[in-house]
Amino acid sequence: MLRVESVTKRFQGLVAVQDLSFEIIKGEILAIIGPNGAGKSTVFNLITGTLKPTSGQIFINELDITGAWPHQVASKGISRTFQTTSLFDQLRVIDNLMIGYKWRTKLGFWNTLFHTPRWKAHQAETYQRAMETLKFLGLAEKHDQFVPALSQEEQKRLAIGIALVCKPQVLLLDEPTGGLIQEETDRVTDLIRRVREQGTTVCLIEHKMQMIMGVADRIVVLNYGKKISEGSPAEVQSDQAVIEAYLGGEVHA
Amino acid sequence: MFTKPIHTKLLYLAILAAALLLPWYVPDAYIFQIVTMSILYAVAASGMNLILGFTGQVTLAHGAFFGMGAYGVAIMTKAGIIFWLALPVSALIAAFIGLLIGLPTLRTRGAYFAIVTLCFGVIVWIVSGNWVELTGGHNGIFGIPRPSPIPVPFFGQIEFFSQTSMYYLSLAVLLLVLFALYRLVYSVFGLTFMAVRNNEPLADSVGINTYATKLISFVAGNFIAGLAGGMYAAIMGAVSPSAAGYMLTFNFLIFVILGGMATLPGPVVGAFAIPVLMEFMQFLDDYRMLIFGALLIVVIIYFPMGLVGGLRRLNQKVAARRQQKVSESGHASR
Ligand SMILES: Nc1ncnc2c1ncn2[C@@H]1O[C@H](COP(=O)(O)OP(=O)(O)OP(=O)(O)O)[C@@H](O)[C@H]1O
Ligand SMILES: [Mg+2]
Repeated sequence: MLRVESVTKRFQGLVAVQDLSFEIIKGEILAIIGPNGAGKSTVFNLITGTLKPTSGQIFINELDITGAWPHQVASKGISRTFQTTSLFDQLRVIDNLMIGYKWRTKLGFWNTLFHTPRWKAHQAETYQRAMETLKFLGLAEKHDQFVPALSQEEQKRLAIGIALVCKPQVLLLDEPTGGLIQEETDRVTDLIRRVREQGTTVCLIEHKMQMIMGVADRIVVLNYGKKISEGSPAEVQSDQAVIEAYLGGEVHA
Repeated sequence: MFTKPIHTKLLYLAILAAALLLPWYVPDAYIFQIVTMSILYAVAASGMNLILGFTGQVTLAHGAFFGMGAYGVAIMTKAGIIFWLALPVSALIAAFIGLLIGLPTLRTRGAYFAIVTLCFGVIVWIVSGNWVELTGGHNGIFGIPRPSPIPVPFFGQIEFFSQTSMYYLSLAVLLLVLFALYRLVYSVFGLTFMAVRNNEPLADSVGINTYATKLISFVAGNFIAGLAGGMYAAIMGAVSPSAAGYMLTFNFLIFVILGGMATLPGPVVGAFAIPVLMEFMQFLDDYRMLIFGALLIVVIIYFPMGLVGGLRRLNQKVAARRQQKVSESGHASR
């Protein structure tokens, strides 16, 4: 459903992503792995319009979204989280989620100023969807709190929720369990499985091999911006190129 | 979703009642004039707060947009156009020029916007003092007519010759602006302003057109500034370049920051409290500005939400202590 076609990204001199092609298939959990600096986060930034590719194209359901603005990409049903947990930390938990749903509504300037019937309906719908998402995340009783009052794991969940509240087609997660201990990692992994079960396709970047092998249907391996392997967890694990890349570089738990 | 506790509502009601009854207990024409001006400054500062406080865009041209409203009304009413048309048109002109300034500058993040608006503010001030044919140069424009009476069926007509009627008109404008801002800010739409202020890349990624959001905020804030400026011209009966000056911008800035950024009452409190404070500090002469500078820094660091924010924090502490007491006595009786 989401296709990356021979995409290259060059930063002055440094080639962060090189002639990369892969596809995210509807309904799957696809993992992107690779050593530090392999270009994983850059791939997400290219898909979501945060960065413009030097060359190559990106399609969602055969619609070309190369070079679109981030908010346009989001409104095509592509949501993402950031590697360093990114939240609206001056606002309440429920506000964070309502902001994430806004683009699906007609809650613009005039409707809000004049409290039109449409405004009433959409404002209520937004609140309801935000609460529904909070329940899904297990954060319902925290809806009134401000973000800094949440634990690290809760913040990671909330970040996923902000991306999920608008019912996206594809959810891109950049290290959703980064910095969490084993027990917390298991719970977030479980959440990711439930996200897929309720119909959202997932693509995630992770370093934690054990977690990846357990949750991913397919894996794409990057090294120095190039795809060096792709396949099921078992296939990737026994791929000579992958083993060399990891033994050559840093080894991650 | 966004409700206030009962005693806060009562406080607002009391302030409203005091404002409505003001002409009965303030007979001094000079003080009356100052209060009316403070109301208009509160209107303008509220517009600046939308841009600066809620959306986080540091605009330093607010005095210039106030001036456009003032000169707009002055020039148009002198040309025979009735005030009731000249006022909204002047505000729209301020909004439109704001759009032209915002279009190229709000795409970028960071200090660029602040610097451009600062320069623009100074340019407008210089132009207002030198384009003699249009603005009357440094002398400005005199003899601006009062608003024409509004006919009311069965009642006769509302006239605007007295200071009292202009006071009520200003108060009505302030209440209308606050009401509109209340609706805009405390809504999902308003959350997008704060989203842009708080975390622009995240706002982008959740489908908010951050550029458009900043533009809407800037244009609406400048419309409000133009509205306040237009009222100012009609009340003073004269405008001069100081009504478009950057000193005015810095006054608004102080009202917003000391009063309370990103709170609706903040700029209003600031517009009333700061001039009084200034008056009390009269004896300090030029050292006044020094002390204000220091005060500004302390407030920005320790009370980012200004006077209103400080009061709210106090209020919350009192409420928490009361709750604690209630729960303690509840335990004791069990
Ligand atoms: N905006 C940028 N400007 C210049 N260089 C960049 C930029 N973003 C990323 N890079 C470089 O591109 C390379 C790939 O970075 P990227 O963040 O995509 O790696 P990653 O695979 O996500 O690594 P990690 O596992 O550490 O998160 C790195 O060498 C990085 O320094
Ligand atoms: Mg990364």
